[in-house]
Amino acid sequence: MNPDEINEPIWKVPPPRASVMPARPPDPACQTITLQIDGRTVTVPAGTTLLQAASRLGLRIPTLCWAPTLTPINACRICVVEVEGARTLAPACARPAEAGMVVQTGSERVRLSRKLVLELLASSVALDRAPELLRLIQEYGADPERFGPSAAPADRRDARHAGHHHVGDGATAETVAQPVKVDNSLYVRDYARCVLCYKCVEACGTDAQHTFAITIAGRGFDARVSTEWDAPLPEGACVYCGNCINVCPTGALVFRTEHELREAGSWAPERQQETDTICPFCGVGCTLRVKVQDDKLVSVTSPPEVDVTGGNLCVKGRFGTSYVNG
Amino acid sequence: MWGSNARETHPIFFQHLLKGLTRGAKLYAVDPRFTSSAQWAELWLGLDVGTDVALAHAMAREIIAAGLHNREFVERATTGFEAFAAHVEPFTLERAAEITGVPGAAIAEVARAYARAPRAQLCWTLGITEHHNAVDNVLALINLSLLTGHVGRWGSGVNPLRGQNNVQGGGDMGALPDRLPGFQHIELPRLREKFEAAWGTPLRHERGWHLTQMFSAMERGELSALYVIGENPAQSEADGHRTERLLGGLDTLIVQDMFFTRTARIADVVLPASAGWCESEGTFTSSERRVQRVRRAKSPPGEARDDLDIIVDLARVMGHELIRGVPRPTAEDVWDELRTVSPVHRGMSYARLEANHGLHWPCWDLDHPGEPFLHARLWESPVGGPRAPFSTVDHTPPFEALEPDWPLRLTTGRRLSEFNTGVMSGVYQVPNRREETLDISPADADLYGLVEGERVRVRSRRGAVEVPVHIDPGLRGGLTFMTFHFPDDVASNLLTIDAVDPKSGTAEFKAAAIRIERLAKEPSAAPDASRSAVP
Repeated sequence: MNPDEINEPIWKVPPPRASVMPARPPDPACQTITLQIDGRTVTVPAGTTLLQAASRLGLRIPTLCWAPTLTPINACRICVVEVEGARTLAPACARPAEAGMVVQTGSERVRLSRKLVLELLASSVALDRAPELLRLIQEYGADPERFGPSAAPADRRDARHAGHHHVGDGATAETVAQPVKVDNSLYVRDYARCVLCYKCVEACGTDAQHTFAITIAGRGFDARVSTEWDAPLPEGACVYCGNCINVCPTGALVFRTEHELREAGSWAPERQQETDTICPFCGVGCTLRVKVQDDKLVSVTSPPEVDVTGGNLCVKGRFGTSYVNG
Repeated sequence: MWGSNARETHPIFFQHLLKGLTRGAKLYAVDPRFTSSAQWAELWLGLDVGTDVALAHAMAREIIAAGLHNREFVERATTGFEAFAAHVEPFTLERAAEITGVPGAAIAEVARAYARAPRAQLCWTLGITEHHNAVDNVLALINLSLLTGHVGRWGSGVNPLRGQNNVQGGGDMGALPDRLPGFQHIELPRLREKFEAAWGTPLRHERGWHLTQMFSAMERGELSALYVIGENPAQSEADGHRTERLLGGLDTLIVQDMFFTRTARIADVVLPASAGWCESEGTFTSSERRVQRVRRAKSPPGEARDDLDIIVDLARVMGHELIRGVPRPTAEDVWDELRTVSPVHRGMSYARLEANHGLHWPCWDLDHPGEPFLHARLWESPVGGPRAPFSTVDHTPPFEALEPDWPLRLTTGRRLSEFNTGVMSGVYQVPNRREETLDISPADADLYGLVEGERVRVRSRRGAVEVPVHIDPGLRGGLTFMTFHFPDDVASNLLTIDAVDPKSGTAEFKAAAIRIERLAKEPSAAPDASRSAVP
């Protein structure tokens, strides 16, 4: 430092560089665990799930209700694996690895279980906008047709009370078919596509938004995502962050723009480009993944791997940015 | 969290904070209003508007009296502790309670919790800085961090949450009266000369004016031409009547904006600009000093052009090539030139920014990972560079005192779904939008016999607006609140005061004195029926 400047106010002269690099301190060393997955040995930190341990070995276990930014909810049972000595299959997304465990991720029993889950889902839910599930149905040779043709849609699913579900006729497959809920200007809820993965509930709750506008109501086949008292969204707690849309894997929650373009037959993925940019509102610096069709924004999301957002946005970034459409 | 409603104004930051709370961190909220952020706090300190310095001093005194200050850090890394300790000595809990309205026990609890925490941050927003003593408020908070050593370490620090996408980047690039890019002071010859050499042009030796000084200069007739880029001062500045008179009196007003704003409507020349965040290339710098890439996702409408192209052409008309030898510079060309003159940005090539989802400055060279926090030098032994000074700032109440003719305090702020003067956010249809209201406490609703939704006239010494009343149980008696999101319907800034902090140039948006005037004389409906207000 120039000696003439030493007496300047501290904010006038650039301070010297820190001699030690400012950085996050290392995590305290934790115990490791060694286990066997598909005949291979892997050593992981204590607390690692079987899913994470398997991915270290490059093994891919299918998931549906799991996401890296959400707490495992154990709802879908797609990720089950066989743990030697255990009576039941274990959900890999939530089951912590234990020392000496011997795990099979693709045994006959595992594959049969996954196949049944896929058949039950595909027989009752519209999955044509869930490409990952369609791929798994192929891969596992699932045959949703085997439960018979679809039953007529049940009326007023939202009014069902626990235990009211009738016994099926054994010849047709019950479905969750119902009209699309269009009750606000920003997004629609198409619960005929809902697989009850809970991701939207978690994103609205303690895993991101902490608004708690939705939860699961009902039991068994009558279970559904609902607002308090099944009120339309504008009468409930929803603040329109749209983080539920971001995590929905089946197209049950979609932007109103996308819904209307699809209804009009002009939704054209081949004419769409996605670009990552930064939100124009507050100073947090959220990455916006902007989908543009014919020079108009049709949706705004955020990539979950960006640590600023973890995939989440607020109402301004997700919807307020539409002003550029003129 | 001090003077910030981040739950609504910085929602994604607040999500990170909520995650911390579920892992056992504790939030303390200092805010005149019981906001939707304060609802998550361990303790809410509802202080009277503009008493922040007194509260901070009382916390400091409590920390020192309890022996909880970090003696080793104070001795090694700071200066002026003795004078500071003597300065805050009169701010006993009793006296502070009297000044701030916060019970002494609550002040003591927060002070001790802050001092004892292994890691603690002070985050603030405009609740600290939109006052006539903004800089003093900030210095008072910095004192607390120096006293406890909660600065320059991972997880600790003082953290102003920037309110706009690139307000940090604007300052970093020299859009400040006294700074060249990279926060290099224009009055330090060795720094200025470096720029003169790089740009091949002499630079003025003294700092320029900040915004409020510009308005004063207009008043004195010393400023007659104004070039406004991406700002709507006709509606965002305090004391709107004066603002409009001064802007209207300019010889030349040029506005470059993506909207035909109120300011553009009174301009002599309007240059339509593209939307910087999705119709052009470049970078924004976020509140955490993270420089991130902005990309063009669509083409601009009509005649709108990239800000960079407009400025390059303007320079050419004036006989200059902005980057010598590069007739049509791209955003990256400009950025790379910046990297040659701003040491803190030197290591940030576009390729690295893209590969890392942005980098924090300072980033000194291409191998440097960027620094996630500042002031680590204060923990070196001996301290690297000058020691950090305690500041003996005084508590000075808001410029406008409450008095019988002006009995209510008006403070202003934002709501979740809206943004500033509504230029961008007023376009989309959001289901939970509420029109502008004067939010008042249940106590004042009783006192004045007002019911939810009743239209009243709100008057300050500078102007008056008509607006419906909204009863907010989160407000204490004597305190009222408005946003400034709907200036075309209700011009809240006609009421606000431009008593300016001489150090920062910020107006005291947070503290005007007002009164409420009834419009209708008919008896009001039963007040209790209207108390279902959702904050």
